[in-house]
Amino acid sequence: MNTQPNAMPNSPLDARQSSPATLSSTRPFYWSLRRELWEYRSIYLAPLGIAGAILLAFPFALLLHLSQIARTLSSLDPAQRDALAEPYDIAAALIMAAAFIVSIFYSVDCLYGERRDRSILFWKSLPVSDLTVVLAKATIPIFVLPLLAFVITVLTQSVMLLLASVVLLASGLSVAALWTQLLLPQNLAMLLYHLVTAHMLWYAPFYAWLLFISAWARRTPFLWAILPPLAIGVFEKVAFHTSHFADLLNNRFSGGPDAMSSMMGDFPFHPGMHITPGAFLAAPGLWIGLLFAATFLVGAARIRRYRDPV
Amino acid sequence: MNVIEAHGLRKAYGSTIALDGVDLHIDEGRILGLIGPNGAGKSTVLNAILGLTEFQGELRVLERDPWTERERLMRDVSFIADVAVLPRWMRVSQALEYVAGVHPRFDRAKAEGFLAKTDINRTSKVRELSKGMVTQLHLALVMAIDARLLVLDEPTIGLDILYRKQFYDSLLDDYYDRSRTIVVTTHQAEDVQHVLTDLMFINRGRVVLDCSMEEFESRFLEVTVRPEQFAAARALKPVHERQALGRAVLIFDLKLDPVAGQKLGRQQLAALGEVRIPGISDLFVALMGNRPGGNAGVTEGATV
Repeated sequence: MNTQPNAMPNSPLDARQSSPATLSSTRPFYWSLRRELWEYRSIYLAPLGIAGAILLAFPFALLLHLSQIARTLSSLDPAQRDALAEPYDIAAALIMAAAFIVSIFYSVDCLYGERRDRSILFWKSLPVSDLTVVLAKATIPIFVLPLLAFVITVLTQSVMLLLASVVLLASGLSVAALWTQLLLPQNLAMLLYHLVTAHMLWYAPFYAWLLFISAWARRTPFLWAILPPLAIGVFEKVAFHTSHFADLLNNRFSGGPDAMSSMMGDFPFHPGMHITPGAFLAAPGLWIGLLFAATFLVGAARIRRYRDPV
Repeated sequence: MNVIEAHGLRKAYGSTIALDGVDLHIDEGRILGLIGPNGAGKSTVLNAILGLTEFQGELRVLERDPWTERERLMRDVSFIADVAVLPRWMRVSQALEYVAGVHPRFDRAKAEGFLAKTDINRTSKVRELSKGMVTQLHLALVMAIDARLLVLDEPTIGLDILYRKQFYDSLLDDYYDRSRTIVVTTHQAEDVQHVLTDLMFINRGRVVLDCSMEEFESRFLEVTVRPEQFAAARALKPVHERQALGRAVLIFDLKLDPVAGQKLGRQQLAALGEVRIPGISDLFVALMGNRPGGNAGVTEGATV
């Protein structure tokens, strides 16, 4: 992390060593990120696979429901819009779900996996700090996968729109109604908002917890990730007949039944949906969660320093 | 200058003492062989040097504390820890790219040059390579790093004799120079006998022998004793005796005085039979093998 370009050589050692190329501090991070994409190809293959399957199936759906689509387009009933947008919403939801599932498996495995295959001894033989490695790994579920899901959704929905247009034109129907009624840009903006607020910021402590367990567990990281929260919930229920802890987790996962979900943009989106980014940013739960995320990540970096291969 | 300086290195795993006060002093340009049985503490010493494990006692590697400064230290230190730690999913080209990306002193052209001498395909994944090839790849990566200290922990385990010989040959021919320092642990002591400049035996977390190879060669002698001289030879208190092809083979430590005040000499031993320098593994057995549980007896006399 610290290349100290301006540090004075404080020993003969440094004087001798500082002459060869010094790397900028972001390079180890960049290469750590790249190696995650090399190792876990499912990060992009899983959402791409889902997108591919959707694009293969979509023409069949178009041809089967052509008359229905034509009827929907000719009526100017806004309620029909939802039916028209449904395949696009489903595509977005499936791609997002794929990215989310990959995020979970990735987070649980990555720091455990490098100890299991002993490659941690190779990684540690290079001048990359534990914190750099952990932050690079955290970047995958917290930034890379949500953004990737968004980009793939944009591309998928664009191709879907093109396919639909071609089919409509070939059937002698007008595409103008389709393009004006679908409101794809608005929906995509909502999707991006949802991904940033919910998947990046709101779920960050959850991914950080999984990474922490992945760094810590000597075996079965999945069980260790699930059992302690479960045990706390059960203990609370039995001892105090309350379920605050379970509610807390439930709120964290689902966005909760409270105001949080509308702040983050609930799925599927409606054009008239009201979002309140200000309220989201002002919610203490967000900042407390991010504080937990930072704690778990620093903890994971510290543990990585001590842990031997399993 | 000092590359590694350790005083009273201690490390315990629970109630098991892995290191029990190890002192270590390695100068620049030396090639130290760390020899010991399984669980003797060799790997713990190396792990401490590499900042992979916490320890008690004093330890400076290239004037740094390895535990708190591992990341910085790894620019000047390379290591091959254990065998087959290269990630199996990685392609050869990716390994080159990655090390070039994160290591300021990695010379990619040099690594490519080493690889060109092997049959390793740039697009192969590590899992597709043979064990010998993985070692070649790792060595090519490490030798292309302009490091000051290279640590090798059982680098050739599981390799056949050709690969093993090639490994040490390329290390000496293409890598080693007087400004580099190498520390190696191995069970195949005979492989490194002519490679080392210094030798250290370690057993039960303690240093049993610490000497240069010149000292080793002038101090320990192995005599294949003629049968009629056997009793006389025995009287000179060999540190070890074994039978080979029906002849008694005795190892003597010239530093010990069989009779008080009377130094044992090479001529004296030559009169008993055929004299030569013992193999490291034979001396290792001599100093440790026949004294189960004993790190005390020989230690006092043999430690320099």
